[in-house]
Parts: sequence; C-alpha cells; structure tokens
Amino acid sequence: MGKVIVVTSGKGGVGKTTSTAALGAALAQNGDKVVVVDFDVGLRNLDLVMGAERRVVYDLVNVIQGDAKLTQALIRDKRVDTLFLLPASQTRDKDNLTTEGVDRVITELKRVFDWVICDSPAGIERGATLAMRHADIAVVVTNPEVSSVRDSDRIIGLLDSKTLKAERGERMEKHLLLTRYDPARAQRGDMLKVEDVLEILSIPLLGIIPESMDVLRASNLGAPVTLADARSVPALAYFEAARRLAGEVLPVTMPGEKRGIFGKFFGRKAA
Amino acid sequence: MTKVLTSDARSIRIKGRSFLAVVLSPDLPFDDWLTRLDDLAARSAGFFLARPVVLDVTGLKIEQAELKALIAALTERNVSVMSIEGARHSILGPGMPPAIKGGRPVSDEAVTREPAVEQRQAAETASADEKPVTAEARPALQSLIIREPVRSGQSVMFPEGDVTIIGSVASGAEVIAGGSIHIYGALRGRAMAGSLGNASAQIFCRKLEAELIAIDGIYKMADDMEPSLHGQPVQLWLQGETIIAETLI
Repeated sequence: MGKVIVVTSGKGGVGKTTSTAALGAALAQNGDKVVVVDFDVGLRNLDLVMGAERRVVYDLVNVIQGDAKLTQALIRDKRVDTLFLLPASQTRDKDNLTTEGVDRVITELKRVFDWVICDSPAGIERGATLAMRHADIAVVVTNPEVSSVRDSDRIIGLLDSKTLKAERGERMEKHLLLTRYDPARAQRGDMLKVEDVLEILSIPLLGIIPESMDVLRASNLGAPVTLADARSVPALAYFEAARRLAGEVLPVTMPGEKRGIFGKFFGRKAA
Repeated sequence: MTKVLTSDARSIRIKGRSFLAVVLSPDLPFDDWLTRLDDLAARSAGFFLARPVVLDVTGLKIEQAELKALIAALTERNVSVMSIEGARHSILGPGMPPAIKGGRPVSDEAVTREPAVEQRQAAETASADEKPVTAEARPALQSLIIREPVRSGQSVMFPEGDVTIIGSVASGAEVIAGGSIHIYGALRGRAMAGSLGNASAQIFCRKLEAELIAIDGIYKMADDMEPSLHGQPVQLWLQGETIIAETLI
C-alpha cells in the first residue's frame, strides 16, 4: 500500500512542481515505484519539468470522467523506469475534478505504487484541497520571505482541517521544505533566516534547497533537478530530503557551507 | 418649525450575542408527536422554560393552517416558538414566528446539560424549604485551552470565557474571547478580548507583534501601538476608554 505525499504551499511560484519532480525522481532512483500526479488542471507544468510534454495523450480529467483507463494515461519516464507521470489537462479547469473521481484514482494508484506524489496547484480552492485530501504526508514548500511564510501557514491550517486525515481525527505528518534559500541575503536581513521561518511555522524541517541556476537549466532540459545533474547543489539537497521522507534521520546542512556553523540544525524539530 | 437633528456623541452600540436554541423537529402526524412531547415535558419539567425554541419543519409537506395549529398546540404547552427553520415561504405569514436559517449544530450534551441543573435545583428547593432559594445557576466561567499554534486564516471564538493558547497566533488569524486571552507564544494576528461587554478582560502574550488588539469593543491597531513594546512580553488592559499596555517581567 503506497504512501501519498502532497507537495503544497499556498503561494505560487515557490518550487512545488520543481520539488515534486526532484523528490519523485530521487525516490525512484532508489528503486521505489513512484508516480507524480499533476493537480494543476488548466495550467499544467509537471509534464514540462519531467520532459514528457510531447507524450501526453490522456490526463487526470480523462481518467476521472471515464474517457480513459489509468494505464492509458500514465506516462513512464524514459530515464528511470520506476517513475511515472499522471499529467493534468490543459484544456479543462479545476471544476472538472470531482471528489469521487479523485478518490478512485488515488486509491487505484496507492495499490500499485510505493509513493504517490501530488503536485498541488497554488491557492486554497478546490484544486489545492483535492490534491491534499488523501495525503499521508505533506511537504510544505516555502520561500524564506514573508508572503510565502504567511501563505504556507494558511495551508498548514487547511491541512489540519480539510483532509481525510483531519476528518478522521488523525494528525497529518507535515514537513517544511525551504526553497530558493540564499544565505548571503539571509545574513544581510533581506530574507528571513531559517530559524525565523521555523519559529513561525512550527513544523519539522525536511530540507533547505539553495537558490541555484541549475534549477532553471534542468527545467529547460525537461528533466527533474535530481536527474539533470545529480551532483549539483540543489540536487544533493533534494536527495537528502528524499532520504528523510523515507524515514532516515539526517542532519540538515546547507550544502556548500561549513558543517560546523550549522551543527545546531542537527535533528532540527518543530519549536 | 426647523427640525434640529441632534448628533448623539455616543453612537449606538451594536453587539453580537449567541444564544443556544433548542430545535424541535416535529414529524407527521403531529398528534402522535405532541403526545411524545408531552411525555418528555412530564419527565423534565421546565425544559422549555426560558429557552428559545426553533421549529424545524424542513421537508414536511404541510400547509399554513397545519403549521398554525401546531404552533398553537405548542403555545398551550408553554413552548414558545421563537422562529421557524426550513419552512416554505408560502406557509409563513403575519402573526407567525419569523423564518430563521444559518444555525450551526451543537453537541447534544451542551443542550441537555443545563436542564439537569435546573431539575436538581427544583428538587432541592422542593425538599428543603428552610434552605435559601438558590439563585438561577449562571454557567460557570469556562476557559478554553488550545495547545497548538493558531494558523493564519483560523478564527478562535469563545464567548463563554477565557482563552489560553499554548503556541503562537499567526498573522492573519484571530482570537475572540468573552473573557481574557492568554497567549504563551507570539501574537502576530488579532486578539479581541471581552467581546461580549467585559471591560475587565485582559490580553497577555509573550511576544507582541499583533495586527489588532481589542478589549470590550475598544481597539488599537499595530500602527497605534508603542514601538518599544514590539516583540516584548506584554499585558494589555482597559482603563476607561483607553487600552493600557505594560511589559511583563
């Protein structure tokens, strides 16, 4: 029985799709069967980042409406054979997603895959709430700046109220993924520091992905960051984050910085 | 004659207040239902006294005459119907209770808890005549404790008493209490204490970064607060018509 992860943020443009692809590819390279699902109906991007945009025939909405079977819509990645993509529709919009349809699709995916990673759209409406509905684990992607932090806080509140886990009275496992982090700007005070973000959001830290030009290069190539250049700084950070998702306890470090200064991040937990 | 419009310096105070109403959902045929109601009334005397009663007729196929007869039958039994829920527009008319909607369900215990108190009191006063008549029990001052941070967009409303939050109140969140508000964390959102007219309510927090503070309707925004208090542990209270703030040690 697979685990469902939702990659969400509230704010747009913080790195949800990039992170979904990178984490999915990292987990798949370990041998696990992974499917990444794009919930951003009408504004799909996950297929571009995965490099599968020219192979999309059927999509999530087709499967929900019964026009296609799940196996017809799933696209296998050419580089890692345990990695699959379920794209979103570009011509429809979020109103075509039904709760029962999404229930069916996720249940079927859970039976086949070890990890079902749902790439949530930005916002707090239907698309986002449907993407998080079945999640066992939530990865909240946040940039270290005030509007992103406030929106992430809102999303965390929704994770505790609009999901099946919340309805059953269980706690959802939430992790913070801090993306586009620039240590120099944080030092100058232009960006929030890691401890400030953690103090406001109070959820455990999954990883810190530094701002990097490799991310844009990878998406232009149509490859997740962890496949395009596995030795780049953001890719290493994503690999570590994937290991933490799988249950390993690793100290969070800032790649490229001296380990000693950030020793205090060892096993960092919520405030 | 010239009319002088006097401007009253004190504006009219409009407050919100929530009352717990008992909702009766009768089933057809009404005579059988009324018999069962009589049975209930016999077992718990005075259940409906001083309680607002809402009649829920959603889904019932009745006409105005039948509804009027039911209301009359209830009035005979000392059940005063305050308003009617779920009625078709056509069956309500002048002289009948008004329509109401938008009620939120409440746990059944909350409704049944109080009559038990009244019943015991009735029994006490009946059995021991020398005992001084106990004043009608006001619900004991309750307090709500929340052990996790209040997230942006969440609203904590507790008109019954004090609210204690072990955690922070995020920007964009609000806490509204009938009593005082105690925050063991940072207050970055809005805190409104004494919301039902309690001028002695206070607000305490470990780190003041609030967007808005209000006590008994008098409010202060972030801009109006002393900059030296920002980020400090602060207690706020009302003195006359002004909010006074002082750092806590």
